[in-house]
Amino acid sequence: MTGPSTGSPAQAAVLVEGLGKRFGRTQALESVSFEVKRGELFGFIGPDGAGKTTLFRILATLLVPDAGRAQVLGRDVVRSLWELRDRVGYMPGRFSLYPDLSVEENLRFFASVFGTTLERERDQIAPIYRQLEPFKDRRAAALSGGMKQKLALCCALVHRPEILLLDEPTTGVDAVSRREFWDLLGRFTSAGITIVVSTPYMDEANRCDRVALIQGGRLLAVDTPRAIAQSFDRPLLAIGVAADRYRVLVALRQYAHAGTVYPFGAVLHYTDARRDVPVNQVVSDLREFLRSSGFADLEIAETPATVEDAFMARMAAPAAVAGEAGHG
Amino acid sequence: MADEDAIVAKDLTRTFGRFVAVDHISFDVHAGEVFGFLGANGAGKTTAIRMLTGLLAPSAGTARVAGHDISRDSEAVKRSIGYMSQRFSLYEDLTVRENIRLYGGIYDLTTAQIRERTDRMLVRLGMTDVGGRSVRDLPLGWRQKLALSVALVHDPRIVFLDEPTSGVDPITRRQFWELIYEAAAAGTTILVTTHYMDEAEYCDRISIMVAGRIAAMGTPADLKQKFQVDTIDELFVRLARPENTPATERSS
Repeated sequence: MTGPSTGSPAQAAVLVEGLGKRFGRTQALESVSFEVKRGELFGFIGPDGAGKTTLFRILATLLVPDAGRAQVLGRDVVRSLWELRDRVGYMPGRFSLYPDLSVEENLRFFASVFGTTLERERDQIAPIYRQLEPFKDRRAAALSGGMKQKLALCCALVHRPEILLLDEPTTGVDAVSRREFWDLLGRFTSAGITIVVSTPYMDEANRCDRVALIQGGRLLAVDTPRAIAQSFDRPLLAIGVAADRYRVLVALRQYAHAGTVYPFGAVLHYTDARRDVPVNQVVSDLREFLRSSGFADLEIAETPATVEDAFMARMAAPAAVAGEAGHG
Repeated sequence: MADEDAIVAKDLTRTFGRFVAVDHISFDVHAGEVFGFLGANGAGKTTAIRMLTGLLAPSAGTARVAGHDISRDSEAVKRSIGYMSQRFSLYEDLTVRENIRLYGGIYDLTTAQIRERTDRMLVRLGMTDVGGRSVRDLPLGWRQKLALSVALVHDPRIVFLDEPTSGVDPITRRQFWELIYEAAAAGTTILVTTHYMDEAEYCDRISIMVAGRIAAMGTPADLKQKFQVDTIDELFVRLARPENTPATERSS
């Protein structure tokens, strides 16, 4: 493997240590440390308000941290901002292209800002531009959500950056367009570009080489998606429910041994509050309780935990829990 | 009238110039049902919802919402429904109590009704301590749960939820769905859109729109069996890209 033209291959693409940022009374980021390797597809997974956008703005040299330090491509984001801006591609979370310019005009504008031309960079953006070309004369404002994201990615790529910072590129985009977008990202990492991306969709974690779970300005975990899912440290049961999902859920709230019960697609994910009871005993107790509550023959099976299960297990419980917390 | 379906749409159509945004869609939503209204960006969902909420006149076809014709009686439709979305729901500069009072007033509730419902709502949501705080200062998840309750403040027969859980953390997202179930169990009809495909599985029935038409409709379990897929996500991908779907499996 040969590294990019500048910096040694062993050098991290991103190195962050003890990063903090506060806005008034809000601690947006607190003691955040992580490292992204060259060529990696690294994801930040977390809900709105977790601190993702603040972190991306710091990495993109647009915001100065209060504490700690951040290096991108071996350069300090505060001291070397002008050098970094030529080498970093940044796609902000909010759509930030010119709505009154056409697809092609937007691309030409961003190319010219970086002192190049669309013609010179056409091979770089070819895989995406092919999909945009039928709409090249359409105003950016009139594009569908998925197409807007592809155009924004094109504009972030047009100056051949060594690293892409994509802040929530798939938020609000439908499941199919999201899938296509991630397929595109895979192509760029295989071409050697490092990608740091954020998303609120937990299922997208599996598209990344490594992910950081982020909540309330802190990292909850940094690892491969598989290792994070496997870190879920207790037996997880899937209870098959159909139309009676809500009634089963309400019934299980009364079950003395219930730990957590969450709807998960077509099933409920259940953990037992008892740590020292073997799983087959847990299953038979649960089956007996459900039968006595009027739910016979529900399918119950042990199931592998997902990144989302692991995320919820690590999340600090929100203070106001609907219905249960009373005065929080 | 109480037994009538909450939504009855027949050949509902809307064109913009030569573009057919919604193309002869027909469907019923039963009272107390949680109906998932799915489709890719640009498939026509938003246009359909704007017609069903009385904000946009159809080019052809009809729909009755809460017993009122959307073309002839759009004002009555607006009074009978609730609406919330990720983008617009509450006024950030107003406090929690002020938001509830504002919406209660818009829907002609009495001062006594507003006071009683506000107290009940804040206890239910565990937000009694934050009634005097600006909505801006609340975490997103709280805001969205409050917005749903506010959309229900006038006891509408139907509530339209447009991507209500977008960007919400996974635990709060599930709490939000419990509020949806609770409203449905009390008889409110729910029409909800979402890009989280696991949430599609939480609905009693779903429809999937593709290019202005309803390409599939039914219970999640029936649809998975009919199309021989394991998840609604898989079904969605196949339908939303028709070129990948064998013609024999397309529902007419």
